[in-house]
Amino acid sequence: MAGQSDPHLSIFSPSEVEFVAEDEIVEIVPNIRMEALNMICGDFGPFFPQIASKVPLWLAVALKKRGKCTIRTPDWMTVDRLTQVLDAERESPKEFQPLPFHYIEISKLLFDHARDDISDAYLVRSLIEDIRDVRFHKVETGLETISGRTHAVKLKNLSAMEVNIVRPFMVRTLQAFYKHDSPQMIQQADNTGSRPTPVTDRGPRRDLRRSLVSSRLGKNWYLLTVNL
Amino acid sequence: MSSWEDDDSAAAAAAAAAASTDVELLKRAWRNEKASPEILRFDSPLVSRVREQIQLLEETLDDFGESGVDDLVVSLYQMDLDRTLFLLRSYLRLRLQKIEKYMMHISKSEDLLSRLSQQEQRFAKSCTEMMEKHLEQSVLSKLPYGYDSVTRQSLSSTEDDMGIPFDLIIIPEPQLDTFVFCKTKSDVGAFQLDDIGEEVVDLVADDLYVLRYKSIKGLVESGQIDLI
Repeated sequence: MAGQSDPHLSIFSPSEVEFVAEDEIVEIVPNIRMEALNMICGDFGPFFPQIASKVPLWLAVALKKRGKCTIRTPDWMTVDRLTQVLDAERESPKEFQPLPFHYIEISKLLFDHARDDISDAYLVRSLIEDIRDVRFHKVETGLETISGRTHAVKLKNLSAMEVNIVRPFMVRTLQAFYKHDSPQMIQQADNTGSRPTPVTDRGPRRDLRRSLVSSRLGKNWYLLTVNL
Repeated sequence: MSSWEDDDSAAAAAAAAAASTDVELLKRAWRNEKASPEILRFDSPLVSRVREQIQLLEETLDDFGESGVDDLVVSLYQMDLDRTLFLLRSYLRLRLQKIEKYMMHISKSEDLLSRLSQQEQRFAKSCTEMMEKHLEQSVLSKLPYGYDSVTRQSLSSTEDDMGIPFDLIIIPEPQLDTFVFCKTKSDVGAFQLDDIGEEVVDLVADDLYVLRYKSIKGLVESGQIDLI
């Protein structure tokens, strides 16, 4: 049926989003000596004890599981930084703070596999959860402002997992409005559908669209809408 | 790495460097293919390069087994191989699902057919033939003349009373005016979303938007924008 998206084709599963996040680069401090790895996904190493090295997250986790390294907590995952972010998120109700695109997945993987390498792990975890909640609340509030005159939505700094969660709602809402706002639908309502009308005749829609403005709701969350 | 800005630019630099690896390119193709409603162009050279690398690594792993390389190193290479295999299989399977779903629509259009690999074209063709034969034998041959077409409801009516051609209803087609999440790679500038220039959006580098697939189709094909 028109107006419905196919969930099987268009949506990433949470584990697929995590798969993508596992390619993000992190810093490890190995405790073993190992020759360079020339892999399909890139070249890493050589590794020397106590000398930091950059590797993809999946490789870091694999080494960590075998007790061969410690993972350095990324700069953004410290109590200081996250407190700043949380405050900023709360202060600006229409903006998302810049965080790594995969911050949710990266922090989850690090908590699951390298908890002992994170200082103040408990506090860091609860800060990240708070940040997530505040951001989701903004997304939900943002969804309410979508109307028939929304033809583009800008979501600066929204992260991968957040995109994935909001996708079905966002897409269905926009599609429903788009469908019912289309000239064919308006024509049908006018003519009780008796005569086929050419699509090029934009009809009443054009009048509505004449006074287009882009109203910015804050810096990062804005909808392009029309003043009636 | 002292601040996010550094983090971001380091990540961007890493991404730019990594974008040259074939796995990174394949991952982009996979994500675009997942998020786009229609089938995209198949990158034969890319896929055969990835296949070669997979084969090479498989051979190397066999050699490792004989020459007694450290188990840890072997398992890390095995993980790299598994990740690449997953990506390739998921990509190919995804395309087959799309082809199966829209086979009648695809086999009608030369442009769409040219996006498929040779194997995919063969698959689409035999799939369509089988489906037509099956419909013919099970139902259509028992219907009266004028109502026995696979693609059309009846010979006499090409449109229903709403002005929508019937063959659009009978053959499943991808919905191109659906909304997709996308990320700009570089500044695109003011971009027109509709045919008449009333919906214009300024696409800034590295921002996240929800837009109608139809209007940004060209940008996806030219690689200026990534679907997410």
